[in-house]
Amino acid sequence: MEKFTTLKSKAIPLNVANIDTDQIIPARFLKATDKKGFGDNVFKDWRYDESGDLKSDFPLNNPKYSGSILVAANNFGCGSSREHAAWALVGYGLKVIISSFFADIFKGNALNNGLLPIQVSETFLEKLFKVIESDANTILTVNLETQSLTVNDTGLSSNFDIDSYKKTCLINGYDDIDYLINQKEKIKAFELQKTHLP
Amino acid sequence: MKKTLFDKVWDAHIVESVAEGPQILYIDKHLIHEVTSPQAFNELKQREIPIFRPQQIVATADHNTPTKDQHLPVKDELSRNQLEELSKNCAENNITLYKLGHKYNGIVHVMAPELGITQPGMTMVCGDSHTSTHGAFGTIAFGIGTSQVAQVFASQCLLLKKPKSLRVTVNGSLNKGVLPKDVILYIISKLGTNSGTGFFCEYAGDVFENMSMEGRMTVCNMSIEMGARGGMIAPDQTTFDYIAGREFAPKGIAFDKKVAYWKTLPTDLGAQFDKEYFFEAEDIAPMLTYGTNPGMGIKITGTIPVEDNASFEKSLEYMNFDAGESLLNKPINYVFIGSCTNSRIEDFRVAANYIKGKQKADNVTAWLVPGSRQVEAQIKAEGLQTVFEAAGFELRQPGCSACLAMNDDKIPQGEYCVSTSNRNFEGRQGPGARTILASPLVAAATAVEGKIIDVTQQLI
Ligand code: SF4
Repeated sequence: MEKFTTLKSKAIPLNVANIDTDQIIPARFLKATDKKGFGDNVFKDWRYDESGDLKSDFPLNNPKYSGSILVAANNFGCGSSREHAAWALVGYGLKVIISSFFADIFKGNALNNGLLPIQVSETFLEKLFKVIESDANTILTVNLETQSLTVNDTGLSSNFDIDSYKKTCLINGYDDIDYLINQKEKIKAFELQKTHLP
Repeated sequence: MKKTLFDKVWDAHIVESVAEGPQILYIDKHLIHEVTSPQAFNELKQREIPIFRPQQIVATADHNTPTKDQHLPVKDELSRNQLEELSKNCAENNITLYKLGHKYNGIVHVMAPELGITQPGMTMVCGDSHTSTHGAFGTIAFGIGTSQVAQVFASQCLLLKKPKSLRVTVNGSLNKGVLPKDVILYIISKLGTNSGTGFFCEYAGDVFENMSMEGRMTVCNMSIEMGARGGMIAPDQTTFDYIAGREFAPKGIAFDKKVAYWKTLPTDLGAQFDKEYFFEAEDIAPMLTYGTNPGMGIKITGTIPVEDNASFEKSLEYMNFDAGESLLNKPINYVFIGSCTNSRIEDFRVAANYIKGKQKADNVTAWLVPGSRQVEAQIKAEGLQTVFEAAGFELRQPGCSACLAMNDDKIPQGEYCVSTSNRNFEGRQGPGARTILASPLVAAATAVEGKIIDVTQQLI
């Protein structure tokens, strides 16, 4: 997993609530057996019309917006547990998702792929949408060490929460497998007690 | 200290707590399927890590399988490749696989309970969000991402923070024509799609106590649709009777010993939940969804609410419905009875019972897709297939089918489908498809009438 410490980037606003993982990557693109290539199909049915042309009114297609931060409305990533959604967002080049609420499984999947979900308040999110929509060149600074998000030149900033274990993993580029296989002896001892299945 | 059902099972599976961090939770059973496992197998192979407990893994092929001509090679190359990859990975790692055509093949959340793999007090995971289904047995069961599939492969454990606890109590007796599907659609319509996020939910009260195991599975299945990672129902005599005698259930004295333990699992009187909700059974009616998330539900006789927000309007625009309108008499051309929510024998009995002696409307294409080969066999054994065929319905072969439309079972652009599945997201049943979630009874009535009707009027 890639390490994550700080990021300075423009942001893409996607002001839609309850974005489910079926929108992020529709099921018909889940037939691959590796993690690569999903980025091309991210938000496929929102980005392209029926004849396969780019829909110009969709923010990811709008040339004025760019960057590796996506700002989305409430309840991002609900629905299917498909990690393909996180792979698609990462594959597209995103490193941070900002929303006022994330679904559980998505949040875990994102963190396991070096994609940082930042939860902010509803009011902060509304202000952020306004700022980006009025100036697409606005730069956001994310500092994982200090758990802060700053919107440059606006005085707007917010701290965010992250599980301290997950933070360490992101900063060092570790994942849970590294941790768990070092615990094998304890796990074997636990199995022998059989208390989990009386 | 007084404990909840969830606490008892969770606490019994803690290997260790990481200081100021997550806990190591031991997983008893790991279910896998073709779509979310290949990348996890690859990961382990690349890192040269062996599968730690292959005998605790069970695999099936379900998401990406055809529902016709299953004896022939799968036509779609990518799908065929994914299925072959699963077979290869299972063979290399000594994992039991019920592949396409096997008598135990089926949707992972239908086949595991019917084989007695799912048992009370266990922890179970699968790379699929509807793993919550197995909670019907008093099991901690939840969906995981592929990175976590790899973690369980490597260690039979997961690193997790203990979720908060939520209880939904429904007391009273259900009205005529109200099925378990309506109960859960009603709860989600009241609580919304993220009220359960961060929680594990217990369903309690007469309504669930009086429900069959099939019904309880329908309810727990959709826990994820209110954001909860899982749902649970206390094991009782109904649970024990369901498990007894199944293929992988303990037998004889071993079974009695288990039952004695399972009886200790229900929530202690006076145990505290972080959040509680109460509903009355009498307030619940057959339900329909009108929007693009499962929380957008109304009673079948109700009208679409009027709300002033962009996401709500986007949703109605997609569905081509107007705020304030009723869905009664809407012409419907597609009906799907299937998915891990409603593809068990009881669901087909309900449908057959309604359909018997009637005819499918000419405008309707109806797909009846059993959840497993065993359900399919039972449908035939009970003579339900004859009822369906006489009424002009076609019974297909088991799989996820139009629930997620990964295979050819797609609802065409712009068409409405009254579906017994669990998600009405944009494009879930095919690009541009419009899904209306409902019970198998409402779905059957729609197929016969060719439009949405108030089925309760026929039940007096
Ligand atoms: S039937 Fe639908 S919800 Fe259930 S496992 Fe298959 S795709 Fe998922």
